[in-house]
Amino acid sequence: MLLEVRDLHVEFRTRDGIAKAVNGVNYSVDEGETLAVLGESGSGKSVTAQAVMGILDVPPGKITGGEILFRGKDLLKFKEEERRKVRGAEMAMIFQDALSSLNPVLSVGDQLGEMFIVHRGMSRKDARTKAVELMDRVRIPGAAQRVRDYPHQFSGGMRQRIMIAMALALEPALIIADEPTTALDVTVQAQVMDLLAELQRELNMGLILITHDLGVVADVADKIAVMYAGRIVESAPVHDIYKAPAHPYTKGLLDSIPRLDQKGQELYAIKGLPPNLMHIPPGCAFNPRCPMAQDVCRTDEPPLFAVDEHRGSACHFWRECLNG
Amino acid sequence: MADSTASTGSTVEPILEVTGLVKHYPLTQGILFKKQVGAVKAVDGVDFTLNRGETLGIVGESGCGKSTVAKMLVNLERPTEGSIKFKGEDISKMSGRALKAARRNIQMVFQDPYTSLNPRMTVGDIIGEPYEIHPEVAPKGDRRKRVQDLLDVVGLNPEYINRYPHQFSGGQRQRIGIARGLALRPEVIVADEPVSALDVSVQAQVINLLDRLQDEFDLSYVFIAHDLSIVRHISDRVGVMYLGRIVEIGRDEEIYDHPTHPYTQALLSAVPVPDPDAREHRERIILAGDVPSPTNIPSGCRFRTRCWKAQERCSLEVPLLAVPAEFRLATGPAAHDSACHFAEEKTVVPQDATPAEPTDDLDQGAE
Amino acid sequence: MSEPQDPREAIAATGTGGAMDLALSEATSLSVPPDGRSEGQGEDEKARSLWSDAWHELRRNPVFIVSALLIAFLVVISIWPSLIASGNPLSCDLAKSQEGPASGHPFGFDTQGCDVYTRTVHGARASVTVGVCATLGVALLGSVLGGLAGFYGGWWDALLSRVTDIFFGIPVLLGGLVFLSVVTSTTIWPVVGFIVLLGWPQVARIARGAVLTAKQNDYVQAARALGAGNGRMLLRHVAPNAVAPVIVVATIALGTYISLEATLSFLGVGLRPPTVSWGIDISAAAQHIRSAPHMLLWPAGALSLTVLAFIMLGDAVRDALDPKLR
Repeated sequence: MLLEVRDLHVEFRTRDGIAKAVNGVNYSVDEGETLAVLGESGSGKSVTAQAVMGILDVPPGKITGGEILFRGKDLLKFKEEERRKVRGAEMAMIFQDALSSLNPVLSVGDQLGEMFIVHRGMSRKDARTKAVELMDRVRIPGAAQRVRDYPHQFSGGMRQRIMIAMALALEPALIIADEPTTALDVTVQAQVMDLLAELQRELNMGLILITHDLGVVADVADKIAVMYAGRIVESAPVHDIYKAPAHPYTKGLLDSIPRLDQKGQELYAIKGLPPNLMHIPPGCAFNPRCPMAQDVCRTDEPPLFAVDEHRGSACHFWRECLNG
Repeated sequence: MADSTASTGSTVEPILEVTGLVKHYPLTQGILFKKQVGAVKAVDGVDFTLNRGETLGIVGESGCGKSTVAKMLVNLERPTEGSIKFKGEDISKMSGRALKAARRNIQMVFQDPYTSLNPRMTVGDIIGEPYEIHPEVAPKGDRRKRVQDLLDVVGLNPEYINRYPHQFSGGQRQRIGIARGLALRPEVIVADEPVSALDVSVQAQVINLLDRLQDEFDLSYVFIAHDLSIVRHISDRVGVMYLGRIVEIGRDEEIYDHPTHPYTQALLSAVPVPDPDAREHRERIILAGDVPSPTNIPSGCRFRTRCWKAQERCSLEVPLLAVPAEFRLATGPAAHDSACHFAEEKTVVPQDATPAEPTDDLDQGAE
Repeated sequence: MSEPQDPREAIAATGTGGAMDLALSEATSLSVPPDGRSEGQGEDEKARSLWSDAWHELRRNPVFIVSALLIAFLVVISIWPSLIASGNPLSCDLAKSQEGPASGHPFGFDTQGCDVYTRTVHGARASVTVGVCATLGVALLGSVLGGLAGFYGGWWDALLSRVTDIFFGIPVLLGGLVFLSVVTSTTIWPVVGFIVLLGWPQVARIARGAVLTAKQNDYVQAARALGAGNGRMLLRHVAPNAVAPVIVVATIALGTYISLEATLSFLGVGLRPPTVSWGIDISAAAQHIRSAPHMLLWPAGALSLTVLAFIMLGDAVRDALDPKLR
């Protein structure tokens, strides 16, 4: 198994208290596989990814438990030096906003080349050649001329490709994409996701796609983990989840999104608001908003019940949910 | 409600009529004496009508000019050319007291719930401000009650009247923005991406609210968004914009199920549908290249630089937004306005899990 | 987002934001709304304005408490110096010149035979008054000019920018030596006037920037769409949201203005006798620092403490009003 996250816990210390951003998350990704981590703001999906990459802002954040096994070795036990070697060379991350993730005062060629200079010890000239190759690979037209351009001279979609190029430079085994297309137009989004899928196939990489967009997930994911209040509430192969969700939150999300191919009825709206991470409700975190909540939901936090060998649902009433 | 027919009668005048709307931002050089060296043609000739009780959706990607159109509708920007007629009167040329009075009829709901409310004002002040600006609408003693009623109407507890915006969530703030927009009892509301900044589970709440308010207050909406699924849900008619012009406009089934303009087809095919089975059967149209800069618009049809059908005629002749020649004699849903010389119907939105109809081969992924 | 951007915009767009902010905001964005309860439930959570939040913040900060107490003390004795110093700062006995501490005169005597303790206590008045008046003047003039320039833009803005550039170019002390040396008045007003004259561009620049930022917010556009005139937009929407940085800068500047007054008085062009000022005393005592250090120590110490108090206050205020932490 390429990556396995076990029982991860992350907290944030703020002026007003401790926010429990991640509360016992388990997921795994294999080579060539795409895992989609689905959740809204406050679900902890980005924080988990940053913990995996090792780029969590350590104060105020703090990893308070769990293991992150990359090829069997626990990254949390690595020294920062070793962690840095893994980062970039074996796992890479793509962010939502390419503009603020790329250094505006360095040319694109310099930034791409830096990967090779630092990790592979190449000369500047060789690194520059590699940079042009990479830009070609992510289909940036006129790469040889544009390698000296600065990030702001590219459009949003192009910048995202450059980020992908940077992530892929050292042919990592795992890529984590944190909302890579949320800020992009839909046609550009399609281009970028296509590119990502193609490169993943070519390099047989594992891909963790973090998003809130159920449409994008349906297009590219093999399996899905749905997060809420820092916990995984449902995990399943992609076809199963859309046909028959086994958790009321997933069901609520699916029912509340307007669909391109349907029209007009009132949308189902999940009542209430996502919880304050400093005061997560006891029992099942979703209970204040759940149409199926009963007394046991307010007292007992549901573990991830096994729906079948590939599916799990953290709901006491997953059977009722599954049967509609 | 979305399922009602567009107009209440064919002889009733449209409530809003936009003709030849243009907005060019001049580009200048020089420090003291500025010389115009070009223009950003944000909106370059837009025509549409809005009927009473109807929702017109305007979709397009970034840079297409839809937000600029929205701003012109509420007079936050002056058109360079063209007219905007509200019940027959051109509001784009008004000023002074007439303009102020006209503003009561068309109000706007903004996109970002975090910057559209003044953080130093209480919610009651924010919603009550319209009454301070237009005292003739509500006598002083009445105002507090009206504000509380508005809070109630949008689903917020009227006791929150003294709270500040930062004490509310994004979805709640958007409701406050909507309440503010309703205060003057406008007839038209322009919603500029009202749910784009909200979480998925909250979007549905706000959309349902807008739907309900439309019935309750007999409102007409101009709904601007880039999310095609949401637009379909709430709109009666939809206009697709590209680089400052409308390229196709029609009823929602016409646009979504029978698009005839290649850009609309590409746009619709790119929208991810939450159905993993559709992925095998869907045809993807991937457009080549980037959107041209609005300072340098291609001649003839502005979409031709990315269009797989482009031919010589496209660079010479600007296509009109009208029912294309091919469909002029037909009466089906494909016979709606579309600005393409070679308009052709193509179903891109998956109707269900069955495979799409076979169509001509396309070049895919050519960059 | 698919348009290539202006390089300035690009650089401005990069902040310390990006992924880190996303994570932190993901975790704590919910400290904003009422927690975990569904909408519409009655609450005992009271209305909290941003100002009251800032005030709560301030009250908890030990730096603020210390500096506020100190400043309160200074203000009190600058209004009623006789509370702790019963003598007359101007009654001097040459016979006691440069003598050290004696009973009833804990700080000793200066060159003129004046009681250092009394003079030090009375000196607070000049410093505090000059500091406060100059700051008020600078804040008012700077905010109005800068704010209007930022709000109306265009011509006014260009004009103001050039004018502030000119003023920034004037070296303060040199300017002080030149302009104030021709003044014969012994009141504090020429000094205050001079500080205001040279200090307003700093605040104007901040005010202009703050107004420009506030102006871009949607709520200003919303007010316009409702039919608000410029006056209402400026006073009700832009000004309250642009005032925080001005307050921060002004509070910190207060400390520097007190220091500036002392320097000008030290150089002989600031306050003149019979006004009692620490700067004057320091000037007189400077040459005797080896033989009678007490003459210099006490006024200098008092000056440093006062400046420190105001700067600490400014720091605490800035932390409380910092938008990032809001």
